[in-house]
Amino acid sequence: MITAFIHKFSSPKSFVVLTAKLYPYFICIGLCLISLGWIWGLLFAPEDAVQGNSYRIIFLHVPSVIYAELIYFFMAVCALMHLVWRVKLAAYLIKSAAPIGAMITFIGLFSGSIWGIPTWGTWWQWDARITSTLILFIMYLGILTLHGSFSNLEKADRLMSILVVIGVINIPIIKKSVDWWSTLHQPASISVSSGSSIDPSMLYPLLISVIGLGFVLISLGILSSRSYIYTREKNKKWVSEYV
Amino acid sequence: MLQVRKNRLWKLALILLLSAGGVSLILFSLNSKLDLFYTPSEMLQADIKPGYRIKLGGMVKTGSIIRNGTKLNFLVTDFSKDVAVTFDGIPPDLFKEDSGVVILGYFLNNIFEAEEIFAKHDENYMPPELNIAEVKI
Repeated sequence: MITAFIHKFSSPKSFVVLTAKLYPYFICIGLCLISLGWIWGLLFAPEDAVQGNSYRIIFLHVPSVIYAELIYFFMAVCALMHLVWRVKLAAYLIKSAAPIGAMITFIGLFSGSIWGIPTWGTWWQWDARITSTLILFIMYLGILTLHGSFSNLEKADRLMSILVVIGVINIPIIKKSVDWWSTLHQPASISVSSGSSIDPSMLYPLLISVIGLGFVLISLGILSSRSYIYTREKNKKWVSEYV
Repeated sequence: MLQVRKNRLWKLALILLLSAGGVSLILFSLNSKLDLFYTPSEMLQADIKPGYRIKLGGMVKTGSIIRNGTKLNFLVTDFSKDVAVTFDGIPPDLFKEDSGVVILGYFLNNIFEAEEIFAKHDENYMPPELNIAEVKI
């Protein structure tokens, strides 16, 4: 049953056709929600009792780092599909998601550094949270470099997938780093067990920004995977018929 | 599921298990070395060589901040041991009583001479008027 499901949705052609239909909706929803979240968060949400206005970078920082981890997790699921079921589309998706993941991880690290200057008094400390996130950024670059270093693309896809699977170990480490070790970074504000320690007046715009950025990143992923699929399948008949 | 796919899945699980095992061993052996700072109790027990630069972290003890020009004296506590800190310079804006702090410096003659002070902030975000009410409780 899993195999049947995978085969139905794993044809690059049906992926391109489906995402071409979804793309305009996703980009519209994404841009609307992220504008709403940021305008609400930056102009209308109250200032923080301790940090004043400088906390407002949370509306960029938190969504970015959430997707830094989620995109990696998505890539790991794709890697599993590619390695076990030999789904080509899964490898194409890893290759086109990795630059987006690297970009958003960089934005997360950069916005965190900017936030650190007025609050912590430093833009960088080698604490467990910051270091493990830097490792995530390097993983993204390493995955792309590994893929680029083979002229045999099938081999490149497979080795890249293995590296992606190994690197997924880092995701729970990033998540738990603030609990396992003493860090400069504060523990999580939102958790399943104890709810949110962010006041609702700040939490709602934050959640809207998170959802909005998700749609924007999916739209970027659609664009980058579509162009990558055309490159990889350029000799196939359906590409010349469809494009 | 086809046998060949099952085999691939097992191989993949083995790769993941072995590398996770390796990473766990590294993390367990590094253990507290991955901490960013010593707490006051840990530092007093740790027998640190004089002249060795370390980081100390904890809470700034209530009412312990004494300012004298640019000089600053205060106590860092983990609610069981206190350490006296001296600092010459401008601390971050979030440095205040009952708030987390990480200090880089040297522990000499029972006084911690700070080179740099970093302020920790907690995971709570709320508007100012609500915060005053919470603190009073």
